[in-house]
Amino acid sequence: MIVQALAFYVFAAIAIASGVMVIAQRNPVHSVLFLILTFFNAAALFLLMGAEFLAMILIVVYVGAVAVLFLFVVMMLDINFAELRQGFLQYLPIGALVGLILLVELLAVFGAWVVAPEAGPARLRPMPSPSDITNTHALGQILYTDYVYLFQASGLILLVAMIGAIVLTLRQRDGVRRQSISVQNARRRADAVEVVKVPTRGGV
Amino acid sequence: MLQIGLSHYLTVAAALFTLGILGIFLNRKNVIIILMSIELMLLAVNINFVAFSAYLEDMTGQVFAMFVLTVAAAEAAIGLAILVVYFRNRGSIAVEDINLMKG
Repeated sequence: MIVQALAFYVFAAIAIASGVMVIAQRNPVHSVLFLILTFFNAAALFLLMGAEFLAMILIVVYVGAVAVLFLFVVMMLDINFAELRQGFLQYLPIGALVGLILLVELLAVFGAWVVAPEAGPARLRPMPSPSDITNTHALGQILYTDYVYLFQASGLILLVAMIGAIVLTLRQRDGVRRQSISVQNARRRADAVEVVKVPTRGGV
Repeated sequence: MLQIGLSHYLTVAAALFTLGILGIFLNRKNVIIILMSIELMLLAVNINFVAFSAYLEDMTGQVFAMFVLTVAAAEAAIGLAILVVYFRNRGSIAVEDINLMKG
């Protein structure tokens, strides 16, 4: 029990600290790296809660795909990031005020919060015991049966996002030499080679 | 204190969500940091989902957290694509310059 508590405090502290660094860093590349650290620690928190599959998905999808995408974009864009930092301190008071109010409200909600007694029997999909089947197995059993339409819909969302990203960033540039098979095939000998009868000592 | 319960996880999620809001307020000019702040907020929401799922012993929360993850990935891809196209056209990603529509 004490190990679990210790692990929770360590992971939670690192997650929040790196979350602070994400928004406070001067260099966006460092921000992305701290975002990756936040995701790793959140995945550890998921593991502590028993959601193993989601923890692994968080690392694979977020760290492996989304954060690397961010990193690529940050490094590709040639921007003076110091200029974009201006006004950081100007917005600090109002931002801190809004953040503080929000945090206090959230904590007040969580503090004065109880579970209704009828919430227990009203569970939609009771979690099977971890000793029977694994978390991934249990998730798959309901994801591919009860939530199959939502699963398909999320696949569709990803497809639309993929096509959208490709369509948005694809551009036709001038001056790029491309291979054209039809032009190559339509080429006759007469177009390419000319036999010239060169007179002796005359030159071409 | 040593008994880690639901409220601990909810507190962490609340802190991360607040950090996301704060990031949007502080980095008003940098779209990339704003997108990262949105990712932080979605992560906080996911922690809430999983915490309640573990507390109520109900798998639905984890399924929903996965869908949130999917939508977040799609959102990041589209957002960054728009950002790249915008930078190509205008040579800047400052939020103040995004005013072509005079909204």
